Amino acid sequence: MVVFDKPHALTDVPLHYCPGCTHGIIHRLVAEAIDELGIEGRTVGIASVGCSVMTYNYFNCDMIQAAHGRAPAVATGCKRARPENIVFTYQGDGDLAAIGTAETVHAAARGENITVIFVNNAIYGMTGGQMAPTSLPGQVTQTSPYGRDVKTVGYPVKVCEMLKELDGATYLERVAVNNVRNVRNAKKAIKKAFENQVKGLGFSLIEVISTCPTNWGMTPEKALKWAEENMIPYYPLGVYKDKTKEAEA
Amino acid sequence: MAEKVLMKGNEAIAEAAIRCGCRHYFGYPITPQTEIAAYMAKRMPKIGGTFLQAESEVAAINMVIGAASAGVRVMTSSSSPGISLKSEGLSYMAGCDLPALVVNVQRGGPGLGGIQPSQSDYFQATRGGGHGDYHMIVLAPASVQEMASLTAKAFDLADKYRMTAMILADGTMGQMMEPVELAEGEVRPIEKPWAASGTQMTRPHNIINSLSLVPEELEKLNFARYEKYQTVIDNETLYEEYMMDDADICVVAFGIAARVSKNAVIAAREAGIRAGMIRPITLWPFPAAPVRAAAAHCRAFLSVELNMGQMIEDVRLASECARPAYLCNRVGGMIPSPELVLAKIKEIYGGVK
Amino acid sequence: MTTKLTFRTDSCKGCGLCVAACPKHLLVVARDKINKKGHHPVEMTDQSQCIACAFCATMCPDCIITVEKD
Repeated sequence: MVVFDKPHALTDVPLHYCPGCTHGIIHRLVAEAIDELGIEGRTVGIASVGCSVMTYNYFNCDMIQAAHGRAPAVATGCKRARPENIVFTYQGDGDLAAIGTAETVHAAARGENITVIFVNNAIYGMTGGQMAPTSLPGQVTQTSPYGRDVKTVGYPVKVCEMLKELDGATYLERVAVNNVRNVRNAKKAIKKAFENQVKGLGFSLIEVISTCPTNWGMTPEKALKWAEENMIPYYPLGVYKDKTKEAEA
Repeated sequence: MAEKVLMKGNEAIAEAAIRCGCRHYFGYPITPQTEIAAYMAKRMPKIGGTFLQAESEVAAINMVIGAASAGVRVMTSSSSPGISLKSEGLSYMAGCDLPALVVNVQRGGPGLGGIQPSQSDYFQATRGGGHGDYHMIVLAPASVQEMASLTAKAFDLADKYRMTAMILADGTMGQMMEPVELAEGEVRPIEKPWAASGTQMTRPHNIINSLSLVPEELEKLNFARYEKYQTVIDNETLYEEYMMDDADICVVAFGIAARVSKNAVIAAREAGIRAGMIRPITLWPFPAAPVRAAAAHCRAFLSVELNMGQMIEDVRLASECARPAYLCNRVGGMIPSPELVLAKIKEIYGGVK
Repeated sequence: MTTKLTFRTDSCKGCGLCVAACPKHLLVVARDKINKKGHHPVEMTDQSQCIACAFCATMCPDCIITVEKD
């Protein structure tokens, strides 16, 4: 009896991500949710720009590649065109919380019935390790070589905390994938975010605390530890908003 | 029998779009085209369509991308500064070979400029606007009737060639009211097997994408796209000729400038000058053939434009600079008068050997 | 109970997350082997001790592990 296997919603294309990059885990969780809900045939994923730009090669559902930051707007157009389809975006911290801030906020404010997967690893991986809006105070990156100085470049953006003030947002949860227990919780949250869309309950966003071993300059295993010890205290895990019961009524 | 209604240009575009099956509009207010958004806001909910006022013109064009990728007819509208905001999206749409309608009701520029009419986005429209090698089909209406009929044409061409079509109107076209004959409502959905509409588990997944990191492949894509563009040039170039058979001085003008110039051509003829006019209706593809033919028997070209001299470059290119080309222009929201154009025609007639 | 792990070895990047996750420390990155991509792939040291908890597969970013048990 097979206890664990690769989900159907993932293609056989080898992932290009660095060894130990948690994108792979998160891709799998999204694919598992799609499989378990039986929605692959009517799912459309919106890939963004960052390390995950080639997400369109990794999911078996129809995919659209969006410009940097614009995925929630593309998702809005796609969902309004075919409301029976399940539309999700998959975005990094620069895409969602820097250039795409307006699109993120307004998709949430409008209560667009979409699912947003937000991968937060506090750095810009694809372009070689620059500071992200979610980089921690003091964090050394290529564009904060002396550590993020809050006096000159301000403080990190806490997306779940920020979006929860919007009446249009239905479900916001922050999870992590730094150990097996957190991965299983992340899976539950991601599946719920897709289920919410299937039920027509509005806007769901799951923020996933992730790692970037290469640009953090550590082994994959140490990166999981760094996320646990530094990121999770700054970005506490948990449900930030759950209006699903109201929405269901 | 088709009805004839008195309509404002902006509203004619919106109604014509609905009549050819467009059920999705994403836009943002900006003068002088906000009537399109307002009209859609009223009409779309009544017919089960989507009207969405986006948070910006950037968001609106990306919503268009989402809907176009899903395989439906979709449009947006804006005016000059808003079109600049959409430039990134227009490049992505070309790179993804997505059909859609983008309307630009031009105003004075550059920068925030003015709200009165201009034609100063000709370069932006015909040379792409966004980055990279690409073109859009650009249509220039010169009447409220054309605002409607070119909208239908734009959607058909966009779907046929998987290209973005742009209606490049100016503020006068948007604001003026004239009788319009609208097509009888008939939705003509075409099959789009390439769309990201959901696999239904019956086919491999479709990917709408403009990223291509292997140079050899990206080159192939670009060459193939330009072969497609050549087909458009060969088959879809549209223009109107007025009194060109025996013309001595060839006026070239589009949109409001053509309306004004026609009066000047008539007046010139009355004054004994054999003037004629070529009115491009597609600005891309530019009607090079009639311009080249005119160079054989005309002594000069006169480009009448509401900009600092943009279409005149295409006139020179098409005629291979065989004859001098002069410019008659007003900008900033000013509109040339027939008297101004006539004076320029007389000046050319008197001065050219 | 018999358990079986199948590793798609050529897709393994030797990241070691499965090694760290295994509660019985049964996996090791084989420093003496190289797969088609040039990585040191993971290897099972003693399948008879494996309880098919699937912690390894849960942490694997490249989905190279299939877990079976009877």
